[in-house]
Amino acid sequence: MFAYIVRRLALMLVTLIGISIIIFVLLRVVPGNIVDILFDAAGFVDPTDKANLEKELGLNLPIYQQYLNWIGGLLHGDLGYSYVSEKPALQEILPRIPITARLAALALLFSASIGIPLGVLSAVHQGSRLDYTLRVVSLSGLSLPSFWLGLLILMASVSLFGHMPIYNPNPATWTEAFAIYAVPAMAVGFRSAALTMRITRSSMLEILRQDYIRTARAKGASEASVNYRHALKNAILPVITVIGIEAAFLIGGLIVTETVFNIPGVARFLVEALRWRDYPIVQNLVMLIAVVVVVANFTVDMLYAAIDPRIRYGD
Amino acid sequence: MRSVHALAAAALLLLPAYDVASAGEPKQGGILRVYHRDSPGSASIHEGATFSINVPFMPVFNNLVLFKQDVAQNSADSIVPDLAESWAWSNDGKKLTFKLRQGVKWHDGKPFTSADVKCTFDMLMGKSQQKFRQNPRKSWYNQVEDVTTNGDFEASFSLKRPQPALLSLLASGYTPVYPCHVSPADMRTKPVGTGPFKFVEFKANESIKLTKNPDYFKKGLPHLDGIEFTIITNRSTAILGFVSGKFDMTFPTEVSIPLLKEVKSQAPNAVCVVEPVNVSTNIIVNSSAPPFDNIDIRRALALVLDRKAFVSILYEGQADIGGTMLPAPGGLWAMPKEMLESIPGYGPDVNANREEARKLMQKAGYGPDKRLAVKVATRNIPIYRDPAVILIDQMKSIYIDGDLDVVDTAQWFPKVARKDYSLGLNLTGNAVDDPDQSFYENYSCGSERNYTNYCNREIEKLFDEQSMEKDVTKRKKLVWEIDRKLQEDVARPIILHARQGSCWQPYVKGITIMVNSSYNGYRYEDVWMDK
Repeated sequence: MFAYIVRRLALMLVTLIGISIIIFVLLRVVPGNIVDILFDAAGFVDPTDKANLEKELGLNLPIYQQYLNWIGGLLHGDLGYSYVSEKPALQEILPRIPITARLAALALLFSASIGIPLGVLSAVHQGSRLDYTLRVVSLSGLSLPSFWLGLLILMASVSLFGHMPIYNPNPATWTEAFAIYAVPAMAVGFRSAALTMRITRSSMLEILRQDYIRTARAKGASEASVNYRHALKNAILPVITVIGIEAAFLIGGLIVTETVFNIPGVARFLVEALRWRDYPIVQNLVMLIAVVVVVANFTVDMLYAAIDPRIRYGD
Repeated sequence: MRSVHALAAAALLLLPAYDVASAGEPKQGGILRVYHRDSPGSASIHEGATFSINVPFMPVFNNLVLFKQDVAQNSADSIVPDLAESWAWSNDGKKLTFKLRQGVKWHDGKPFTSADVKCTFDMLMGKSQQKFRQNPRKSWYNQVEDVTTNGDFEASFSLKRPQPALLSLLASGYTPVYPCHVSPADMRTKPVGTGPFKFVEFKANESIKLTKNPDYFKKGLPHLDGIEFTIITNRSTAILGFVSGKFDMTFPTEVSIPLLKEVKSQAPNAVCVVEPVNVSTNIIVNSSAPPFDNIDIRRALALVLDRKAFVSILYEGQADIGGTMLPAPGGLWAMPKEMLESIPGYGPDVNANREEARKLMQKAGYGPDKRLAVKVATRNIPIYRDPAVILIDQMKSIYIDGDLDVVDTAQWFPKVARKDYSLGLNLTGNAVDDPDQSFYENYSCGSERNYTNYCNREIEKLFDEQSMEKDVTKRKKLVWEIDRKLQEDVARPIILHARQGSCWQPYVKGITIMVNSSYNGYRYEDVWMDK
């Protein structure tokens, strides 16, 4: 197990180094930089002012030098300064992390707590009216874009309740506090709940046909015990994989959801920073997301190993 | 004729978008909640060139003089003292002296003096050691030789030649006075002013908060306790927020005509107005390279335009057709209708214009069997892209096949500056409805914003002549002649002048939306809430 963990950690490190290079190069390949954007607002480009500003921001340095400066700073905990707000990047990013983390966690919780039980129900009652209904719901969950669903929710709440659950940093009541996260979490988590449900269903169907399930039934185990203790425990592995992958994909959904619900999280901030070509913010944020994804994958691998003793490298 | 114009001008002056007198005595208190369309790049008005900065930060500052905030039409007659108590021109029109208010304090408690005026304008003219990171309106002060002080409360602008319009430029929302003791870098993040509201915080992509300045030198003002701008980039969310009552006001002049209908249907009590924004949609033609180096093809291009179709499709009929200067009644300097319609391409018979255009194209060697293929470059933003598509469609009728070339925002001005385009569709905003600002900036030889490199020394002389003219009637006639010549030369064919909507809740009082600029009306010291 120890060798397995070491190997996974080493792979994580190599992946992160690779990602840092890709992010850095890709950002500079995109045409235009912050200086171009600033001059765009002015409606003209003054070559002298442009050169001065590029020098001030260190954009005139060779690309490898810029990369080494960034990585050197990162190792010392210095993420640089935002070109736009002129504040330390860390100061800009840190307050936004808990907002997105809360939203993402709620979305995943929603996805798992809805998707898994409904998937089991659907599999256990295969071919029934309930199964067909749940399959239609899950298909619609996969087809509806989260920005559209988000807007629909906003429109409905304005027209039905005359109220809109968009972000408020100082909610007056706990219900408001809950609503500002729960509603967007549902909008973004609906798709992943649908996916979780479908995977749970198909995995359960496969397991329910196994011999040991028949044996359990023959031994007189209750239906609930068969479904949840014997079948679900084995059917959950692919579901965990999917939830892990969804955690990584969630950031894409969060970008639109944070925009629609006006939530000042990292996902929306990333898009704005990209628009401004605010390299220090974009680099560090993408790196942060990469770390989250890599760590999520690592956690899934560890969970695999913990749940299924057969999956242990080198053992 | 003069009396008719005077009457019309008087009527416009008395036409604030909201009648304050009927609203009763202003009530004190309350936070005005407005949504902001995007996150401004900085808080420094002098370093920006978008009204996304003016709207939230104009209330932090004062100018020397200002366009009266409850008069919808900006003009020389609506200029009132602000940090200056009074002003006077020298007899030769080359010196403008301001007597400054005493006892005014910056928000950090330091006293305001004439040194701050000198500092601000020295920086704008590029004469001081401290530099702005960007100085987009440096050319406004091309005729200013020097700014001098006489004691702490008098400042004078010495000019190279008379320029009566300088006062209008100083009255713009783009011309606040900055404190000497605060660096340009700090002004970008923590602006310090003398204005009715103090800066509290600016969280990028989130919010901008201002609070009442209790020591404001205009006693009894402002009425509000503060202003909060919530940055919402998604238009649908922002409008829903206004409709649900989360906001007291929309971002000014940001509600498009189709969206305005939505607002009115969902919030029937909202007060909404549609006003010109002094932004023209126009065509930029690279006349230094084939095929548009041929004047016949340029003229054909001007003749093909069916401007009414643009107005009808893009603005449901609510936009104006004119030359360079904003059309009346909002605009002060536009050509009379008869004069405008005598310019090729502006006549009402579109088919006849296009017939003439086809003859010009045939003369240049093109026809149904030999069509001209061009790329129509434009920014990848709907307000640019949509008219470009209509233009491509209209050009088909004169044997021109256009191919839309959408350019990322970051690349648009570098591309235009490199003259790396043949034909482009552009938007031009004017901060002040004055020919000096428009002509020199967009058509003067060598100007950075003269994208087409149009250069006509004869017209340049007329620019100076009108700029020095004190008599408004004579100046207007000169301006009309210049505008006509610019259109005839196909310098930058103007398609339309846009109008946009603004809405606020019925309890918000004292809002005036300017009718000839969207950069100058956001001091908000007179705004109050009846609730």
